[in-house]
Amino acid sequence: MSQSAQPEPVTDVPLLEMRGISKSFPGVMALDGVDIALFAGKVTALIGENGAGKSTLVKILTGIYAADAGEILVDGAPVHFANAQDAIDAGVTAIHQETVLFDELSVAENIFLGHAPRTRLGFVDWKAVNARALALLHSLESNIDPRIRLKDLSIAQRHLVAIARALSVDARIVIMDEPTAALSRKEVDDLFQIVQRLKRQGKAILFISHKFDEVYEIADHYAVFRDGRAVGSGELAGVSQDEIVRLMVGRSIAHAFPKAEVRLGETVLSVEAYTHPTEFRNISFALRKGEIFGIYGLVGAGRSEICQSLFGITRPSAGRLVLEGREIAIRSPGDAIGAGIVYVPEERGRHGAVLQLPIYQNISLPSLSRTSRSGFLRAAEEFALARKYAERFDLRAAALSVPVGTLSGGNQQKVVIGKWLATQPKILILDEPTKGIDIGSKAAVHAFISELASEGLSIIMVSSELPEIVGMSDRVMVMREGLSAGIFERDGLNPEALVRAATGNAGIQP
Amino acid sequence: MIKYLLRYREILLVVIIAVLLAAFSTRSPGFARPANLSNIFNDTSILIILALGQMAVILTKSIDLSVAANVAFTGMAVAMLNAAYPGLPLIVILAAALGIGAVLGALNGILVWKLNIPSIVVTLGTLTIYRGMAFVLSGGGWVNAHQMTEPFLQTPRQIFLGLPLLGWTAILIVAAMYLVMSRTLLGRAIYASGGNPAAAVYAGIDVGRTRFLAFTISGTLAGLCGYLWVSRYAVAYVDIAAGFELDSVAACVIGGISTLGGIGSVAGAVLGSLFLGVIKNALPVINISPFSQMAISGAVIIAAVVFNARQERRRGRIILRDRGASEQIEGVT
Repeated sequence: MSQSAQPEPVTDVPLLEMRGISKSFPGVMALDGVDIALFAGKVTALIGENGAGKSTLVKILTGIYAADAGEILVDGAPVHFANAQDAIDAGVTAIHQETVLFDELSVAENIFLGHAPRTRLGFVDWKAVNARALALLHSLESNIDPRIRLKDLSIAQRHLVAIARALSVDARIVIMDEPTAALSRKEVDDLFQIVQRLKRQGKAILFISHKFDEVYEIADHYAVFRDGRAVGSGELAGVSQDEIVRLMVGRSIAHAFPKAEVRLGETVLSVEAYTHPTEFRNISFALRKGEIFGIYGLVGAGRSEICQSLFGITRPSAGRLVLEGREIAIRSPGDAIGAGIVYVPEERGRHGAVLQLPIYQNISLPSLSRTSRSGFLRAAEEFALARKYAERFDLRAAALSVPVGTLSGGNQQKVVIGKWLATQPKILILDEPTKGIDIGSKAAVHAFISELASEGLSIIMVSSELPEIVGMSDRVMVMREGLSAGIFERDGLNPEALVRAATGNAGIQP
Repeated sequence: MIKYLLRYREILLVVIIAVLLAAFSTRSPGFARPANLSNIFNDTSILIILALGQMAVILTKSIDLSVAANVAFTGMAVAMLNAAYPGLPLIVILAAALGIGAVLGALNGILVWKLNIPSIVVTLGTLTIYRGMAFVLSGGGWVNAHQMTEPFLQTPRQIFLGLPLLGWTAILIVAAMYLVMSRTLLGRAIYASGGNPAAAVYAGIDVGRTRFLAFTISGTLAGLCGYLWVSRYAVAYVDIAAGFELDSVAACVIGGISTLGGIGSVAGAVLGSLFLGVIKNALPVINISPFSQMAISGAVIIAAVVFNARQERRRGRIILRDRGASEQIEGVT
């Protein structure tokens, strides 16, 4: 370990500094004058909810987006990243959640794919590739043979290769965007050892994570973002978790949400000990008429997977489902729709509409069993159904017979929502209902969800957005790693408690 | 006007076919005579029927390369049946053709549905298997005209209102397929399954089952064509209709049916077939060699694919812009 012996650089000049960075997208201010500084040999944890602007910052830092305002300084000198290559040349590299590696290629090929050293004739200089890969792996204190194929490595070793790949561009500033999201505890430990080595080599590390225990374990500094602003930063030592959570969620939530007080009716659906072979275990909850039941948790906690199994996309391996007092089995989405359960998927673009088909055919698609007789379609009934929901949502289109692909994004969304409500469901499952919607439209969506609940529809709402969950739900189930981490009543809804339950620190069970 | 034509592939094809007919009739007076046109249509009937089956499959984002092999096997089977039992009424022969074809098509469908194998692989395999089965069945022998009964050979040739029954069969199938595609649940499921399989699943459509049914339709129509082919050419041998699966795909592509699924119409498949039929019938008339014919057909197919791709880019653009923007703002964190 040649470089690790070198003393920790002690300097007040940050290796990299971003000052007053702003970036807006149509309808959204993603970053609003944020400052952040990264120091050599230090790990800075970037903390914030979904939508706080973390990813935008990473993309500006890696040259994918250009900031609207503000400056970036490396070693105190201003730099300009016009593209991703500029950022790499300045020594910035990023390790993402899912780094793409190739099983059938060798370790060295994976590390140098796309920027392999060449001979004078322009061929790949395999000798140099293998030698440099070996040197890089050695610098990470690993003795992986660079010539073996990636598929023969363990998961932890693959991560090491991914990191070596990131470092192969002579990086000084390393961004780790939720590197632990898919790792077991043991793998996380291995990863942290690597991070320690990088620190000793004098690299500045930006560490993005939702998990507080990890942040406290590895980070020297912290920076908290909220709604596109930097709301706090400094040395982590001596700062309590509660303070950080407060910075993260600190805002008044209640007044912004038009949640109507609904007197809840009888239990409509009860889910009993639902278990999936890999995604979730022993999930039980009851849904009442007119209730908005929130499911909160980190991405990957198993929230969408539960909803998909309730809708028949996947099948649980154990558990019972009781709908209005009768036990039912849902084996396909057709069964679910027939039982009155519909699912509005998160990816409304990909899973929502058949763009080539006309509006009216999209709206009637899940309701065809009602608008047809013995296998034959009834165009008049389809049109009537479509007209009803097009009017309800104020759909703007030349005619109901034009393809959905010709509509604007907002109108496409209306078609997608309309087609689900046209099935006259009893239970509506909404997966991230406002993800990707600008702030103005969010309020309209929330008002609409509230209205549906007060009409007696029962709603299961999956969301990663804390204000939405807290503002809209009658009850909230928090999920962590496939398990229920508790069900919280509306009266006791406390954003900080939800975050704690979801991130797994302090065993708070209501 | 031009824009309107470009928007509606079907109208564009009608215009092109009309222009072709007019051009050919200047070189060879009488080419556009009704009798000759009826002849061309009759000649193209088998291709039309096969292309309609192929269309149903392609619309579901699949492809059926086994149709011509199905024609060969079913044709051989019914010809041998006719030769062995001359007393069997034609209706039994027809039912056998449809039934055998349906079974072969369903076999493709099952493999695609239950084993989740890509259709191009499945049907490339069954293409060889079905033709091999034809060889095994016949021992490599031929069934010739003199072994076939009079009704077997002559029924499709009966002229009714100026058009042989073969042509009327095609018209009947066109009408039936139009009904299936535009008026039935199955037709809608076929369009949805190919247009956006994920959305179709979420809407409660069983995409695998829909593909299975599309393959069964394709197989049934290929079985029908097996009888029609053997009867028309008055001979059955292992290699009949060799390579004809590509004509059926070409007709679909020229007719504007997207190989990505979800886009296309019965009219398109019919016009695509007629276009190929006109070219095939006209080129010998103006003394162009069969080899140039192949080159011309090939060029037209490539032109059609380029044209389709441009159309799709326009029609299929995804403008759930809010969603796209969100990914820019805050990706998967």
